[in-house]
Amino acid sequence: MIFSEGEQFRPNRAMSFAGRTLRKLCIDGPLLTALLLLAGAGLFVLYSAGGQQSDLVFRQLVRIGVALAALLLVAQIPPKYLRMWSPWLYLAGMIMLVLVLVTGATGKGAQRWLDLGLIRFQPAEIMKLAVPMMAAWMLHDRRLPPGARDLAKLLVIVLLPTILIARQPDLGTALLICASGILLILLAGLSFRFILLAGGLAMGALPILWHFMRDYQKQRVWTFLNPETDPLGSGYHIIQSKIAIGSGGVFGKGWLNGSQAHLEFLPERSTDFIFAVLGEEFGLLGLLSILVAYLFVVGRGLYIAVHGQDTYCRLLAGSISLTFFIYVFVNTGMVTGLLPVVGVPLPLVSYGGTSMVTLMVGFGMLMSFQTHRKLLPT
Amino acid sequence: MLRQEPIKDTWAEQRLFNNRVIWALAGMLLLSGLLTNRLIHLQVVEYQRYADLSHGNRVRIQPLAPTRGIIFDRNGVVMAENLPVYQMALIAEQVSDIERTLDRLMELDLIDDEQRERFFRARRGKRSFEAVPLRYRLNDEELARFSVHRHEFPGVDIQAALVRSYPLGSSAVHVLGYVGAISEFDLKRIATSRYAATSHIGKTGIERQYEDQLHGEPGNRQLLVNAQGREMDPKGGASEELFRNRKEPVPGSDLILSLDSRLQIAAEKALGDRRGTVVAIDVNNGDILALVSQPGFDPNLFSAGGMSNEEYFALQNNADKPMFDRVLSGTYPPGSIVKPFLALAGLEYHAVTPGQSVLCEGYYSIPGNEHRYRDWKKEGHGITDLHDAIAESCDVYFYMLAMELGIDRIHAMLADFGFGKITGVDLPGEKKGLMPSREWKKGAFSRRSEQIWFPGETVITGIGQGYMLATPLQLTHFTATMATRGKRFKPRLVTAFRDPLSGEITEIPPQELAPVELANDRHWDEIHKAMAAVMNTPRGTGWAAALGGEYKMAGKTGSAQVFSIGQEEEYEEEEIDERLRDHALFIAFTPLENPQIAISVLVENGGSGGRAAGPVVRQVLDAWYREQKQ
Repeated sequence: MIFSEGEQFRPNRAMSFAGRTLRKLCIDGPLLTALLLLAGAGLFVLYSAGGQQSDLVFRQLVRIGVALAALLLVAQIPPKYLRMWSPWLYLAGMIMLVLVLVTGATGKGAQRWLDLGLIRFQPAEIMKLAVPMMAAWMLHDRRLPPGARDLAKLLVIVLLPTILIARQPDLGTALLICASGILLILLAGLSFRFILLAGGLAMGALPILWHFMRDYQKQRVWTFLNPETDPLGSGYHIIQSKIAIGSGGVFGKGWLNGSQAHLEFLPERSTDFIFAVLGEEFGLLGLLSILVAYLFVVGRGLYIAVHGQDTYCRLLAGSISLTFFIYVFVNTGMVTGLLPVVGVPLPLVSYGGTSMVTLMVGFGMLMSFQTHRKLLPT
Repeated sequence: MLRQEPIKDTWAEQRLFNNRVIWALAGMLLLSGLLTNRLIHLQVVEYQRYADLSHGNRVRIQPLAPTRGIIFDRNGVVMAENLPVYQMALIAEQVSDIERTLDRLMELDLIDDEQRERFFRARRGKRSFEAVPLRYRLNDEELARFSVHRHEFPGVDIQAALVRSYPLGSSAVHVLGYVGAISEFDLKRIATSRYAATSHIGKTGIERQYEDQLHGEPGNRQLLVNAQGREMDPKGGASEELFRNRKEPVPGSDLILSLDSRLQIAAEKALGDRRGTVVAIDVNNGDILALVSQPGFDPNLFSAGGMSNEEYFALQNNADKPMFDRVLSGTYPPGSIVKPFLALAGLEYHAVTPGQSVLCEGYYSIPGNEHRYRDWKKEGHGITDLHDAIAESCDVYFYMLAMELGIDRIHAMLADFGFGKITGVDLPGEKKGLMPSREWKKGAFSRRSEQIWFPGETVITGIGQGYMLATPLQLTHFTATMATRGKRFKPRLVTAFRDPLSGEITEIPPQELAPVELANDRHWDEIHKAMAAVMNTPRGTGWAAALGGEYKMAGKTGSAQVFSIGQEEEYEEEEIDERLRDHALFIAFTPLENPQIAISVLVENGGSGGRAAGPVVRQVLDAWYREQKQ
């Protein structure tokens, strides 16, 4: 027996009204609660970080609404269909990536946007989900752990869009998409010998990579290692961000009282560096609370993954959850100076549109897996 | 999807997956631990450091300029003060179309092309929220004109500022000096931190000499600023904290001058628009009562940046050199002024006695030499003793006396009075003049044949010509020493400092210098008598100046050659170009018994000392006596 006496298997009459409603809507209550808590906290921080503009908060609220609607919609779709659509979504995404490289609209100096008349969006966002979906689809009816041939196919599935996105150039997203694929492969049971081998190769490649890097790229790495050497240039973000977090102390300066943010010392304060605003105003306690909330989301996601009905569900749910954690860690690591500055927003909290929808669609899939499970294991 | 695949072992795969999830959880917890550790490091361990950095980020220290000390004359008349003036400034970010705004201001005649150009220069390097000055010193009428149209000029502001002001205008400008914008050159001699909030600095005169005392100590206040340096409104406790940390500036010390502004103005009026100098000194303490160098200029032009480039260049290049202080920096041959001093040397070294006479035939020749050194009086003065020689300014007498004394003894006596040395007055830029000697000539010339002292050079030293040079200040100082029978005081202008807050006055005692000591003090009386005769006998060269005076004075006329005439030519004043005429000189002291004041007058290219400079002396001393009576 995989399932002990889970509550899912109790008779309906034992369930509360709320429980029954959630069940009908194909929603996982704990996950939704955590997501709403995070997004809600994000609105509070955003109000402060954005200079107390209500319209900024309102726009973000609308985005959350749209994203929740998308979540609800996706949650209704049985996993079987999600699995069946996976290769087509992947294919469509790849076509759009190529289109973006050829004709894409330029925003902030990089070609990321595709203009479809009514809406403009970044195909890379689709790939965030399409890549793990495709990989999971491929492994669904294969024996696990994957063999060398499967592994080679998987690498092509993952690396092709990674390279295209990196060429846009959007290195941050490319690395995250690559990470989601790699994580999925690891979850699929790739043997530790392979992992160690790849890790060793990567370490060995570093000096060679350094040799081939352009000067400005070397400069970036150097600044990451010693931000104080360039306090007005590339080190400025990190120094100001560390000052913001550090000066928050244990209890923080209080909501709307963060001088680093309000006096505009902290750059990108409502987007990528919003974690620093949180740290300045709510202190260590605030940051740890947020961190716990994130860990709960990831934990619930992994719980859903472990209870996944088939290989596709397990792998995809695991990959989505762990990638979510990677997002959180890369952003917080960047803001605290543990990692180099790459443009990764803090999921659910940072101000921004497309990524919020992508995230929620991912969680919608998780909910679909959780709520469409058949009563008995196959 | 009908490929042949090995049978999936669902149980094994689930176990494998669960296993991997546990690894993933472990990895996650490890990374979260790393992050938590980082957060604790930043927010707990290094909290104080980052809190300080955050504080330093947002609080900027703005220096506050101290108020410059006020300068008073001896009677408490204000000579330099700080007046509020209105200036017009523009804040770029609040103006939608700068060009149009400036056009409109020009239409209203509030700015001109040059100010417009200067605005664009001043704007460089300023942030868009900083006010850039457009126009200094708006007068009431302009202020009113602007106010009427104010609604048309959002972002154009009227600001009040303190500006150095000299209420007496160009009067005493060479004493007071002026303040101007701090230049690169000035930056080298000041501590920049003290001048962080100061825009102007003393350039010449008292303003320069006493810059340290006048300037004061800057204070500071703390501002809350954002990342662009824009001042923000502090909220709640922050404003109180910022206010508490405010440090008020300490105003500069006020100065009280020895100058008597009424006498100064009288002297300026007496000189009129002629180029020249008047210096009056209180002989008993060295206080300078009047110091005039004409022409002058209005120092107010410099203090608020109100002077245009053309005006400045016009001042700089004016042939009459209004910015040149003739009293301290102008060196002139003393001419016959030197005669009483030489006579004193003659008596002291027993080269002559008061009773001894010589025959003056209108010229003098060194024995065995044909060259004739001529007397100003062509037909000669006849039989002349020391008394007559000074009164009538007989050149021949002094040619002979100079030869009798020799240059070494002449140098010894005159150097005692201070010839060839700065007086040490408390003004910058003083020249030391020149008292020639054998020693000096060796150093001054490179060719060996020129390094020898020639007898002919001694002869003309007897009438204050040749190499000899002195400033008008030195001449007055020597006259004062003559008046006090050898007691010498360093000439000075600042007699006291005044604390601007408490009003407490700190007097500076007069500084006595090494006196001129004679073997026989009666020799002073002889010279005083002779100098009195200059003024008080009909044959005296100063008779006309003293005529009808209610008081008695002693004096000496002189004329300094600008241009040498040939052996057989006549010096005809009317025929010579105005600029080549002799400088007219006059020194005097009064009263005869117990002298109080010494004066010197120089009229450039004025010709005869008695005729051109004498009336100026008379007018100034009349004014001085009038004041003494009150």
